[in-house]
Amino acid sequence: MSTTTTAKAAGNLGNWADERVGASKGVKFLARKIFPDHWSFMLGEVALYSFIILLLTGVFLTFFYIPSVGHTVYTGSYEQLAGQTVSEAYASTLSLSFDVRGGLLMRQIHHWAALIFVAAIVTHMFRVFFTGAFRKPREINWVIGSVLALLAIIEGFAGYSLPDDLLSGTGLRIASSIILAIPVVGSYISFFLFGGQFPGEEFIPRLYTIHVLLLPGIFLALITAHLILLVVQKHTQYPGPGRTNENVVGYPLFPVYMAKAGGFFFIVFGITALMGALFTINPIWAYGAYHPSPVTAGSQPDWYMGWLDGAVRLTPGFLEFQVLGFTVSGNILLPALIIPGLVTMPMILYPWIEQWATGDKREHHLLDRPRNVPTRTGLGVMAITFYLLLLVSGGNDIIATHLRLSINDITNSLRLLVFVVPPLAYVVTKRICLGLQRKDREKVLHGRETGVIYRTEEGEFFEVHEPLGEHDRWLLVQHDSFRPLDPAPAEDERGVKRPGARFDKVKAKLSSFYFEDRIEPVTPAELEAAHHEHHGGHEAVEGSDEAERPALAGH
Amino acid sequence: MSIDQSHGHPGSDVATTSEGGLPERFENPGLEPHRHRMADVDPKAAKRAERQVAALFGLSTLGTILLIVAYYAVSIEGDSWAEIARQLRISTTLLGVGLALATFGIGAGAVHWAKTLMPDEERIELRHPMRGTDEDREDALAILREGSAEAGVGRRPLIRNSLLAALVPLTVGPPIVLLRDTGPLPGNDLSTTFWKQGMALVHDPITDETGRKIKPEDLTIGSVVHVLPEGIQDAEHELDEIAKAAVLLIRLNPDDLDETSRAGSYEGIVAYSKICTHMGCPVALYEQQTHHLLCPCHQSTFDLKQNCKVIFGPAKRPLPQLAITVDDAGYLVAKSPFTEAAGPSFWERG
Amino acid sequence: MTALAARRRHPLAAAAIVLLGLLVTGVAYAAVTPGRAQATTASADDVAAGKKLFLANCSTCHGLNAEGRNEFPSLIGVGAAAVDFQVGTGRMPLQATGPQAPKVVNKFSDEEVRQLAAYVASLAPGPAVPSAEDVDASKGDVSNGSLIFRTNCAMCHNFNGKGGALTRGKYAPNLEGVTPTHVYEAMVTGPQSMPVFNDSTITPQEKRDIIAYLQAVETDTPPGGVSLGSIGPVSEGLVAWAVGLSLLVGCAVWLGAKAS
Repeated sequence: MSTTTTAKAAGNLGNWADERVGASKGVKFLARKIFPDHWSFMLGEVALYSFIILLLTGVFLTFFYIPSVGHTVYTGSYEQLAGQTVSEAYASTLSLSFDVRGGLLMRQIHHWAALIFVAAIVTHMFRVFFTGAFRKPREINWVIGSVLALLAIIEGFAGYSLPDDLLSGTGLRIASSIILAIPVVGSYISFFLFGGQFPGEEFIPRLYTIHVLLLPGIFLALITAHLILLVVQKHTQYPGPGRTNENVVGYPLFPVYMAKAGGFFFIVFGITALMGALFTINPIWAYGAYHPSPVTAGSQPDWYMGWLDGAVRLTPGFLEFQVLGFTVSGNILLPALIIPGLVTMPMILYPWIEQWATGDKREHHLLDRPRNVPTRTGLGVMAITFYLLLLVSGGNDIIATHLRLSINDITNSLRLLVFVVPPLAYVVTKRICLGLQRKDREKVLHGRETGVIYRTEEGEFFEVHEPLGEHDRWLLVQHDSFRPLDPAPAEDERGVKRPGARFDKVKAKLSSFYFEDRIEPVTPAELEAAHHEHHGGHEAVEGSDEAERPALAGH
Repeated sequence: MSIDQSHGHPGSDVATTSEGGLPERFENPGLEPHRHRMADVDPKAAKRAERQVAALFGLSTLGTILLIVAYYAVSIEGDSWAEIARQLRISTTLLGVGLALATFGIGAGAVHWAKTLMPDEERIELRHPMRGTDEDREDALAILREGSAEAGVGRRPLIRNSLLAALVPLTVGPPIVLLRDTGPLPGNDLSTTFWKQGMALVHDPITDETGRKIKPEDLTIGSVVHVLPEGIQDAEHELDEIAKAAVLLIRLNPDDLDETSRAGSYEGIVAYSKICTHMGCPVALYEQQTHHLLCPCHQSTFDLKQNCKVIFGPAKRPLPQLAITVDDAGYLVAKSPFTEAAGPSFWERG
Repeated sequence: MTALAARRRHPLAAAAIVLLGLLVTGVAYAAVTPGRAQATTASADDVAAGKKLFLANCSTCHGLNAEGRNEFPSLIGVGAAAVDFQVGTGRMPLQATGPQAPKVVNKFSDEEVRQLAAYVASLAPGPAVPSAEDVDASKGDVSNGSLIFRTNCAMCHNFNGKGGALTRGKYAPNLEGVTPTHVYEAMVTGPQSMPVFNDSTITPQEKRDIIAYLQAVETDTPPGGVSLGSIGPVSEGLVAWAVGLSLLVGCAVWLGAKAS
């Protein structure tokens, strides 16, 4: 085809689309939209693309899977189960794995994609948290993202349970026990969900509907909202020369980002497919069909549920007690319902908690460098440490056998460590951040170390420092440094108590928790002073704290 | 383009200069000068990049071909599982690697194309505050006010209130009512099991279709047998019943038992519920030397020497004991049903 | 050997009484022990050689007459199977105290193990070393074996026999590479923490089924690729992060880096 005919065909198509849906307006609005470039902005895309892979492979699986626990005798390829009475769900999962070409591959890709989906959501949240991308105006997207993360865990657990194998059935048994533990209504909810007692005959088909229809529907709606907000609010960007709170610096959607982001979908697919090709995942044939009396050593959930399982393993039994003839299973409620609530509620509300401490109501489109917000970074690392310790607890039996340790010792140690290590992680992280900030100041004030050592006539040694250029310097001095809020006086001049004064006190406390320790960026005046000192012969100037420094004008 | 970021602390006036005539903050120096890529200045490099992109796309085509060929060429049938497993392994690997190449090739090619050949000069787009202008906001408010007035929401409270009064029960009532038939009420189901007095203890029919009964002399000291009540396979909801009635039968030296457990034992043979009192996993790990029972799910440990008291882990209650004896023919039978609910805790358990 | 020689000077009568008592216990034990507690068929020479080996290697803990002492169990009536298992897998003689005797390289020859077993079996009847037919996997039903394994073994040894944790540092060992004879012997004798599965609770045919199942697990190709240790979701989670997410982040870094 010659170029002219191609152009003509494209023109006709464009005309057709424009006259029907006003495509030209859409192209004008979207095609040249600028997206900033950074590897960490791709984490959310990994999650999105894993979700698409899950939809594609999941549809394939539904063609063969039978959501029923009706009994059937297994007669497929796998001799080790020949003649056993199993559920149709289990038999059909085996058959789609062993008797359908590519079926096993699809199942394995689906499961790997699920693990990566949740892992990508989690790392994406870390990125958003530590860079402060959740700040105004993006609080809604933070909440949507948090809800998506929680739903992803539920969706994953539902999918993991569908094959009705021994391991997933054990997981469902535990889930039913958690429901039973809910005070007052637990047994009723459990009976309604399971259509009677555990395991019953209703749950697998119901879970199937939830897994393939209800939750994916909610996912699609929430992801759409998440992405629309992303476009409307434009992407955040890292600070740097030329990047401001009022611009976006990067590459246009068409063609650069279409190629990059579109290409990245195929990269994610390729890597997930490779994992499905090479690594066995969830070998349900080896677990055997679910039956309530057998169990296997090393009964674990998929990794994203591991922290809850770990919390359950650590909780001591004395938390169960009787009240007025009723049983309150604190040993289940605390780790399985209360701790997840205590972890997720502050997470969802975090943008407002921090807004409260900063008193900052401005829009933020420039990201923070994590070191410049030491308290937030410390809190984040503290939460991650807590999470990781629970996750490790979930694998205490595997650790015991592989490191030849006593499972009792591991559990007892972790019971202590979950209280001790996270606060420690907070303090250490905060100190590291402050240290890095001091180093930044040092670099701005005295320049970069060149490694060239001079000896003066007096025999003193000093290293030559090369001053930073203005582009390099900008990254180190561009950030805001918040100071603790002063509470407004509790009483006015006439001694009348101001309403909300107590509230303000809490707010001031929170604010000083966040910003008491801080290192402020170098100002031009300080740099000037440092230069003078250099000329005066001093070879080292302390990177100083606010506390050691005279107050600066203008604050 | 303005790069003024109006930095400063909320509530404080931004001073532009301090004493000495220096600005209070550094100023954004603007974008760094653009550095050209090899492909921008060297046509050879550009040509090379073009060939690399094409090679990656070609790799994708090869991957697709591999997948299609593998699909037809590798059979997953065979005479034995050993053979089928080998074939499955080959099939899964080839199909997967083919798919991986087919997708990764396109992805890597597209990204490489964008990185090396599409313009890499950074562009700037201006942001605008999310909020509308004051004028927009006033217009919007006016529209809303006008619309509300047209609808008469304020003037006709009866309509508003009756609508609310209709919506609240609609969103609460039908969902609850319509979900009622998803399951029966718990009734007594959680507190009772299939066990009845005189019922024989038999091997699990899943491994032993005949459901062999058990005599005391079948058990050596240190023996453990997973048993079920006789006839459970004919129960209406077999698995539901097994999930509550599974029992472990263990023979110890009678001296190792305490008095309470000895009362329900027969010549050192004891029967305890196999269902964990914590979360219902089968507690089946019996340590013959320590007489501990361990749950593999959360490591609750029960001590047989102390009537299955919890000595470690998250469980609270001991495993319920099933009192046993022998019938006239010498087979082990339940002396009485469980005297308490077997399995995990629930509110009404008491 | 001097210590032994000194002990031989113990009054013979006392030893005879002890032996008699033990014999009675053994017979009584055998009466309640179902299955084929095989009468010793080993030659007197074997027994004598075995006794020598016993005195040199085992008597420090188990006593001169295998009567046991303190926490060390009596070996009277444990049968040849127990000796063949414990010594044949290198667990005995115990090399160091610990939560449990580990499987190590056996330092005795097959002949010596057989002699030791003959000696212990001569003390009182007990489970014998299984015959080749008893452990013939080809006579076992793999599917039935998988069911029995899952009901009776998987809770400790994991679904594929890869082992698992018990309390306080004890563990159920990995069954990979364990000979069918040792598997059989472990079932009938219940070594260390393991319960006893005599021929009434798991019939000889069922034992063969289990052996057939374990052999199939060991020899079959994992159809889905590298098995990641067959220990369940823990290793899968590690791989998802360490391989999957790492590769993806690597690609993202490449994507975000400026071309040179």
